[in-house]
Amino acid sequence: MIVTIAIVRMRNLFGVIALSGVYSFLMASVLMVYDAVDVAMTEAAVGAGVSTVLLLAALHLTKSLEYPMPRPAAVPLIVAVGVGLALIWATYDLPAFGIADAPIHKHVAPHYLQNAIKETQVANVVSAVLADYRSFDTFGEVIVVFTAGIGVMLLLKGRRTRRDGSQGETP
Amino acid sequence: MGGFENFFAHYNYVATIVLMVAGLYIVIARGNMIKKLIGLMLFQTSVYLLYIAPGKIIGGTPPILDANFTIYSNPLPHVLILTAIVVGVATIALGLAIVSRIHEAYGTIEEDEIIARDDQE
Repeated sequence: MIVTIAIVRMRNLFGVIALSGVYSFLMASVLMVYDAVDVAMTEAAVGAGVSTVLLLAALHLTKSLEYPMPRPAAVPLIVAVGVGLALIWATYDLPAFGIADAPIHKHVAPHYLQNAIKETQVANVVSAVLADYRSFDTFGEVIVVFTAGIGVMLLLKGRRTRRDGSQGETP
Repeated sequence: MGGFENFFAHYNYVATIVLMVAGLYIVIARGNMIKKLIGLMLFQTSVYLLYIAPGKIIGGTPPILDANFTIYSNPLPHVLILTAIVVGVATIALGLAIVSRIHEAYGTIEEDEIIARDDQE
């Protein structure tokens, strides 16, 4: 969270990007604590690795210093704090953290956990759901990444002198 | 509903929302476009937390089936967020490409300067 505040305050974009890498690794550790090992791995690889490289590539193509605050910050601050308070108020309707009988654990998740081995022979339930039960979703995701890659290529075409090759391809 | 215990039962959501609001603030308040995209990234990662946190069961293990464990955390949010991470990076890549094109066309990536330039023409 300290890292976040530093990201908000810092003007040097290079430092901001370095901090966003740090932030991604911290986020990966938090996800690890929440038992989401696959997500933590992806966040460490994609968030800390690929995003940082992409941001640095973009920084190479542009400028690395942000100008001092050119506009009053009061309105955004009020909007942000207001939204935050409303959201925090709303979370008190959510079930408490970590209990086993929350509604989220009652619907399809038990089916996946009980039948994954029988139906897919994959012990890692996340992989089973991703590639087996919901493989059309994953296919759609691949299409999105492919489209983004095409978009990046089209946008950066015609730039021959300084090439950065920032693609959207990720595992 | 004891207010204090209730707060600690929802502490993770409060942390998530602080991150989310920080991202929102960067997106609104900062004129630099790379900074805006980083704010968008913060917002996205806070959404990951928002999805993953309810899937955690205290005492549960990661959802990799094994005979020695009986309680697993919910695998479904993990799947959704894996998709979201990859799509998020695709979005950021496209945004950065657009930013570098804007820099090529205007010579700046500050929103205010771009608006001023447009007004002159």
